[in-house]
Amino acid sequence: MSVAEQTFPSSWRRPPFIKNPLLRWSIIIGAAIYLALAFGTMDVNWQRAAEGLPRGQRFIAAFFPPNFSDNLGVMWDGIFESIWMAIISTIAGIALSIPIGLGAARNLAPKWVYLLNRSIIGGSRTFPEVILAIFAVKLFGFGPFAGFIALSIGTIGFYAKLLAEDIENMSASQAEAIKATGAGWFQWINYAIQPQVMPRMIGLSVYRLDINFRESAVVGIVGGGGIGATLNTAFERYEFDTAAAILLIIIGIVMVLEYTSGFLRKYVQ
Amino acid sequence: MPRIDSTNGPVWKRRTTKQQWAIWAGWLVALAITAFAWQRISEKTIWFFVQDAPRQAADIGSRMIPPKFSYMSKLWAPIWDTLNIATLGTVIALVIAVPVAFAAARNTTPHPIVRTIAIFIIVASRSVNSLIWALMLVFIFGPGVLAGTIAIGLRSIGFCAKLLYEGIEEIDHTQVEAIEATGASGPQKMVFGIVPQVLPTFAGIGVFRWDINIRESTILGLVGAGGIGLELNGSINTLAWTQVSMILLVILLTVVVSEWVSAKVRGAII
Amino acid sequence: MLRLEGLKKRYKTGDEALKGVDLEIPDGQVIALIGPSGAGKSTLIRCVNRLVEPTGGKAFLGDIELTNLSSSKLRKARSRMGMIFQEYALVERLTVMENVLSGRLGYVGFWSSFFRRFPAKDVQEAYRLLDRVGLMHMADKRADELSGGQRQRVGICRALIQNPDLLLIDEPTASLDPKTSRQIMRLINELCQERGLAAIINIHDVLLAQMFSQRVVGLKLGEIVYDGKPDGLTPDVLTEIYGEEDWEATIEKVDDENELESEA
Repeated sequence: MSVAEQTFPSSWRRPPFIKNPLLRWSIIIGAAIYLALAFGTMDVNWQRAAEGLPRGQRFIAAFFPPNFSDNLGVMWDGIFESIWMAIISTIAGIALSIPIGLGAARNLAPKWVYLLNRSIIGGSRTFPEVILAIFAVKLFGFGPFAGFIALSIGTIGFYAKLLAEDIENMSASQAEAIKATGAGWFQWINYAIQPQVMPRMIGLSVYRLDINFRESAVVGIVGGGGIGATLNTAFERYEFDTAAAILLIIIGIVMVLEYTSGFLRKYVQ
Repeated sequence: MPRIDSTNGPVWKRRTTKQQWAIWAGWLVALAITAFAWQRISEKTIWFFVQDAPRQAADIGSRMIPPKFSYMSKLWAPIWDTLNIATLGTVIALVIAVPVAFAAARNTTPHPIVRTIAIFIIVASRSVNSLIWALMLVFIFGPGVLAGTIAIGLRSIGFCAKLLYEGIEEIDHTQVEAIEATGASGPQKMVFGIVPQVLPTFAGIGVFRWDINIRESTILGLVGAGGIGLELNGSINTLAWTQVSMILLVILLTVVVSEWVSAKVRGAII
Repeated sequence: MLRLEGLKKRYKTGDEALKGVDLEIPDGQVIALIGPSGAGKSTLIRCVNRLVEPTGGKAFLGDIELTNLSSSKLRKARSRMGMIFQEYALVERLTVMENVLSGRLGYVGFWSSFFRRFPAKDVQEAYRLLDRVGLMHMADKRADELSGGQRQRVGICRALIQNPDLLLIDEPTASLDPKTSRQIMRLINELCQERGLAAIINIHDVLLAQMFSQRVVGLKLGEIVYDGKPDGLTPDVLTEIYGEEDWEATIEKVDDENELESEA
């Protein structure tokens, strides 16, 4: 034990998160300068924005009550087109993702295959579905086919990447054990890899279906068919009550899909 | 694992006959839905255009090369705007997501009704794409960066709040209990027991969403909400393909850089 | 002095964890609470500071009835009872110093705790306690950088800085190796004697219970089945508490410092 009358410091400061004071202060000052510049160059037309508030009120008021009845036929056409688009592009995207994902797993593929597949994934991940859709519309004409192509490519970027990462993270000992039995390459994939990655992948495909449905609402804005086209038309015609109804339906379907995917993932695991 | 006795002794099969039939039926239903969906899509497709697509692609491709590098001088401002839309939008989203997440997490929510409202906010924000938010906000605020920033913000609230409330629900409860046992008040329990546990999650979510938002903000210009998408839209509409390829190149670089930054920052936090 | 009168706890699942426990602990007495898993040891000490709400009976700390306090009075009462946990329950991402100072939360206001502006004498006391348990040099380390034994020492500091009348200690050694277990138990015992503190120590290691307490209480299925001196733990008594087993070996080992069940 220490001396009875030893004195101890009577104040304490929490050590700062970033130890180097120079770095700490330059980060703080840098962030402050950035924010100042960002707000300074935002070039907001405040007068227009202020005018926007009563406009916004009227705009929001125009949403209520949502009008489900006037354009019912068109709305359902759009919704179903979106659903079909989402299903087909999810299936096609996943079918393409499986070979690409296997090829992009570092522990399965030779170096050049790995690099090739990684660059395919990188390429399809970089551009948002909407940009892909713009080009698909240029190539394939207006309509759901263009949307289908755009969403399928988007699905590859998402699904193949996660599949590859999952394979890279799997237990190496199980894979080794199957290999040790003298299994061929396809047997090895079937017995060692598939059981390990399957549950998560099923969950992810429902999740991607959900994403594709949501995205189908936007590819329509640039001409890719589906509910997005209907929504865009509603906005252009200032039929905000119909737009509100469409948005509510989208939210409803997304909630159902989210619930289903949660349920399915629990069931599979 | 069923064992089936046959005349040649027991046979092992992976599934019982009933299970096997159920699985076949499942595949059949899936196949039928796929075929039906495909039929509905192809009905609305003009196949002439699709057949023509490779030629079109080659044509547009050749017009895009080489990218018009001199166009870069006009792109700095839109890139800066895009960056700001993503960053400020993320900041707005995080500020709003924190109370929503605490209201939505089972262990911190003040009341089940509040929780339901918070969950609804999260779902509504997540269901509506930022492009649609932007479409609506352009009607209110007029075209420009402000509408884009708010659109990104609104879209990101749900994402951030969802991940954050899941993080809050997963915290170690005994640490909170220990703080409670010292006689701490509710707010003190929050500051000492809960916040330190979710702070890294919070920072990680912010950086992760910022990376996604960079990508999303490149397209907001299509509906007039500012950023580089505005230039892209203009160039496509005027068929200035060398400008289009330049813009795509710039978007590619921006996305790669932001992904790198976000990976670095996340690595430093965790 | 702590007094429990017919304390009961029935969980929502219908399990009766405590079936009316009567217990009196005078000031300065260290008691060990032993019993098999599920006997209600953890529930008992959590019912005292009401981390678990008892469903019947009364608990008194001095002349304050703990069981009917309003939430603000309960906070005040909690600040007079220090608690030490099995898995240390330090807030892992806070520094050691913040963890120790968090013991003062019942005494300081929200904003001064938010900005970590604790009164000078609290900070001095925190340093003094850290020095006492040999962790002075660790004050600015984050709690998750410490070893198990070090974390438990910080946990002890956090309980003691509350300046409590009573310590509630839940399986302090369950996550520690045998040697560290003994050091921690010895430290707790010394500190209780220095300060004349009463303590309830939940422990499932009979040996440690006998070595480091003045009184042993045996709990079985929510009822007290033994209350007496440590050396009164005969094979019959242990069979009563834990069920049939060859207890002679366990009792003989009490004198043998080095052979502890590593299970502890």
